[in-house]
Amino acid sequence: MAEDSASIRSLRSPLGRARGMGSAKGGTRHWWMQRVTSIALLPLSIWLIFSLTRLMGADYVVVLEWIGNTFNAVLLLAFLTAAFHHAAAGLQVVIEDYVRDELKRFAAICAVNGLAVLLWLAASLSVLRIAL
Amino acid sequence: MARIKDAREAAMVGRRSDGTLTRRPLSPHLQVYDMTQMTSLLSILHRITGVAWSVGLVLLVWWLVAAGTGQSAFATAQWVFGSFLGWVVLFGLTVAAWYHTLAGIRHLFWDAGHGFAMDAAYRSGRLVVIGTAVLTILTWLLILV
Repeated sequence: MAEDSASIRSLRSPLGRARGMGSAKGGTRHWWMQRVTSIALLPLSIWLIFSLTRLMGADYVVVLEWIGNTFNAVLLLAFLTAAFHHAAAGLQVVIEDYVRDELKRFAAICAVNGLAVLLWLAASLSVLRIAL
Repeated sequence: MARIKDAREAAMVGRRSDGTLTRRPLSPHLQVYDMTQMTSLLSILHRITGVAWSVGLVLLVWWLVAAGTGQSAFATAQWVFGSFLGWVVLFGLTVAAWYHTLAGIRHLFWDAGHGFAMDAAYRSGRLVVIGTAVLTILTWLLILV
């Protein structure tokens, strides 16, 4: 009984106290990276939306020239990287909130993250192919 | 007490004052919130527009891959985006993109600890809605003019 109240006072698990190494430190990484990528996406998506307005229905050559421009290609790659990280992180939270079955939840999170990586690679390869 | 079906519910078991076991309510969900309130409606809209942006991202990948593949693949993509349905989808994505961007800024302010008072939350909510309308119209003026 006395031991019980002591452990409640310290708010640390017995194993945590024995090791004495502090917190795991990575616990907020998912949440934090979502905020960091959102700040990066702020200027990048504004730039992309306004750039795309001028490419609606544009000729093939004009579009190739725009993507091939070094400045645009770098920003496109940066946008794709931040956007897919942010989208996968967000969709994972949606799945964690709504999918109750453990196995289905794990499968859905794997599928979303795997798909995000594949689509990011496909789009990046296309940009590089045009720009190089 | 009904049987527990999900492991997470184990943390939700409590006792009434007379000592009998009871299942505490889980955190509120869509059907509990009053969706005629702007705060809760804008909250779920942020999530919905985030998912919509993810779909838009797939369309962007298609457009880029088509451009990298060749003239005919790109012509197909441009034809789809230029069709009536394509314009409807792109207009919807414009709304979703601007809403998610502005509501995202609102969330970053909250993360920094600002704007939690009721009047401030309603004011920033109204700003997000008005800003989305203005930026969507501006974007489509740039496309059409």
